[in-house]
Amino acid sequence: MSAHPTTNRFIDNATEALADPQLQRAMNNVRSGFIDKRAAVAAKLPEFEALRDSARDIKNHALAHLDLYLERYEANVTAAGGHVHWARTAEEARKIILGICHDAGAKTVTKGKSMISEEIALNAALDAAGIVPVETDLGEYIIQLRDEAPSHIIAPAVHLNATQVESDFRRVHTHLDADRDLSEPVQLLTEARQVLRSKFLAADVGITGANFLVAETGSSIIVTNEGNGDLTQTLPKTHIVIASLEKIVPTLEDVSQILRVLARSATGQEMSVYTTFSTGPRRAADLDGPENYHVVILDNGRSSMLGTAFQDMLRCIRCGACMNHCPVYHAVGGHAYGWVYPGPMGAVLTPTLLGVDKAGHLPNASTFCGRCESVCPVRIPLPKMMRHWREAEFERHLSPATMRSGIKFWAFFAKRPALYRFATSLMMNVMGWMGRDKGRFSSLPLASGWTDYRDFPAPQGGTFQSRYEARRKSTPNNGRAA
Amino acid sequence: MRLVQDKAGSRAPRVGLFVTCLVDLMRPSIGFAALKLLEQAGCKVEVPSQTCCGQPGYNSGDRATARDLAEQVIRSFSHCDYVVAPSGSCAGMIKAHYPELFADDPNLAPKAQALAAKTHELISFLVDVMKVNSVDASFDGAVTYHDSCSGLRELKIKTQPRQLLGTVNGLTMVEMNESEVCCGFGGTFAVKYGEISNSIVEKKTGNITESGAPTLLAGDLGCLMNMAGKLAREGKAIEVRHVAEVLAGMTDEPPIGAPRVSAQS
Repeated sequence: MSAHPTTNRFIDNATEALADPQLQRAMNNVRSGFIDKRAAVAAKLPEFEALRDSARDIKNHALAHLDLYLERYEANVTAAGGHVHWARTAEEARKIILGICHDAGAKTVTKGKSMISEEIALNAALDAAGIVPVETDLGEYIIQLRDEAPSHIIAPAVHLNATQVESDFRRVHTHLDADRDLSEPVQLLTEARQVLRSKFLAADVGITGANFLVAETGSSIIVTNEGNGDLTQTLPKTHIVIASLEKIVPTLEDVSQILRVLARSATGQEMSVYTTFSTGPRRAADLDGPENYHVVILDNGRSSMLGTAFQDMLRCIRCGACMNHCPVYHAVGGHAYGWVYPGPMGAVLTPTLLGVDKAGHLPNASTFCGRCESVCPVRIPLPKMMRHWREAEFERHLSPATMRSGIKFWAFFAKRPALYRFATSLMMNVMGWMGRDKGRFSSLPLASGWTDYRDFPAPQGGTFQSRYEARRKSTPNNGRAA
Repeated sequence: MRLVQDKAGSRAPRVGLFVTCLVDLMRPSIGFAALKLLEQAGCKVEVPSQTCCGQPGYNSGDRATARDLAEQVIRSFSHCDYVVAPSGSCAGMIKAHYPELFADDPNLAPKAQALAAKTHELISFLVDVMKVNSVDASFDGAVTYHDSCSGLRELKIKTQPRQLLGTVNGLTMVEMNESEVCCGFGGTFAVKYGEISNSIVEKKTGNITESGAPTLLAGDLGCLMNMAGKLAREGKAIEVRHVAEVLAGMTDEPPIGAPRVSAQS
């Protein structure tokens, strides 16, 4: 899916999503689950808001000195015996990874959860090269069985219900007893664990993402809840980390600060179950670990965001809180957004990565309710950035002609107060008269987007300014209410 | 600027009422309710020439139009001690976004900042600035209150309307679930993405109905028209009003979206 974005079909995608009862049922769980848990765990930590400031400042600092910290990181990875590879584009990243897999003679690759892997469409590239990718995060494993893309950046299968997963497991795990009981989620988990165990042991290469790259130590860090990431990166002979360049932070102290807001914002946990640090390949005294350690650092357009109105977006730590709190995401789910990154963070990031001409709907499909910004752990002004995209579209004449002419028509009057007062007073008198019996209109020309679904309340008739002026003229105290 | 209610000869604050284009066009009675509340609080109110704050242009990416209209507002209202709007969304536009709109304009930036500093949403102005702690109004029955997004998140309006509603005779407050979640209006969003907007407002009317309150109040007419329109389409007999109408004791006008019983001027 990531290779073929459907961002331009957003409206059709949304229509399909709204008509999908399974999806709507699953999205109700997002509405209640994530939000209440985050609120509860944030309320328990008095310094939570101060930590958000601190997390923002750390990321801002790292971005301001990105070159310095990336070079220091590379030097420290190399000193620890690992290799850093720089990929300007998705294609370069795929090539580098396939090269490493080829050198390792890889037949199967286990994978920890990684959105960068989705961004560069890595699984398709591995498949095409005859290498079998095995997703080991439970959610990722489920959607891999379904040949779907993640619908959420931390909960990839959140669009599904347990019964759907059960039928997928029965369809694919045909070697297991057909009469087994899978009615409880824990039984699904146990089964996935059993099936995956042998794959962990057989894998030639393990690929993980990274939540952080630490400049001072050359460490990469993943946070997970299932332990699959640890098995992915310690059992195979080769470990490849794929991460985008803005994952860099200066120190371990910085990581420990940001970790305090990450899991709280993401899942409402105080900490994720596993926080795993890896620094270079296995050393002589280590009991386990990979013999080869590679880090592929992806740019893919991000460096072009530096110094622009979109730089703040590079602070994103991929917690998913913005989508968890987004009414549009709740309504249509993640797949409707049509590419890798859904929700508010996707509405800002996707136009950067794909082009605003291809992803223009995303920053427009927001009510600007501001709830995303209000929960963002690194305080990214997401609505402001979506507005920047709308401005870019408007300047490049990409926004729909009807919208542009509508705005211009309205602005023509709004910029001429006397004409505006005259015209609106007349028009509101007419509309008020037309709507006086029912008090509302059930259809209006040019506003079917409204009246297809709800009535449009009729105006009272006349305008405030005309009524106020009439009252002011007729009363000695200049129109003041009695 | 510290102007208190004029009791011992101190000057009454001169408030420019920015009624907002929606109130101006759709429901003038909210403007008169605002006028009454401000005058009761001891303000000297005037209504400078006005059209729109520019938000529709701003949020559609038409920055030039937004700036033109913002400049118009700055010109019309700069002489006032305060600018007050019966809307968190429009007050938020002036307060939070005008400075951003003119950030690169050394001539207008200070003017935009000055206007932003003295602009307030009506109810929070009454409570936080004019220190109004009760109103002289009656309303029989239970109401539920929707926290409109801009007011809530840009201007931190949450307790102020509830505090004043608590002093209305006969009124009881029933909180709905998810009162802080968007109603799906979003200005042009409601028309451009009508189907998604509908899905959002359906959840909202569900929560409103579940509260059991026969009346819905909020502080922004856009959201109120969206929710009233949906409730009407669903055939729900829930009355919808702007909070200022209730606080001013001006509930003679039919609720939003309800038939007009007789011609009134």
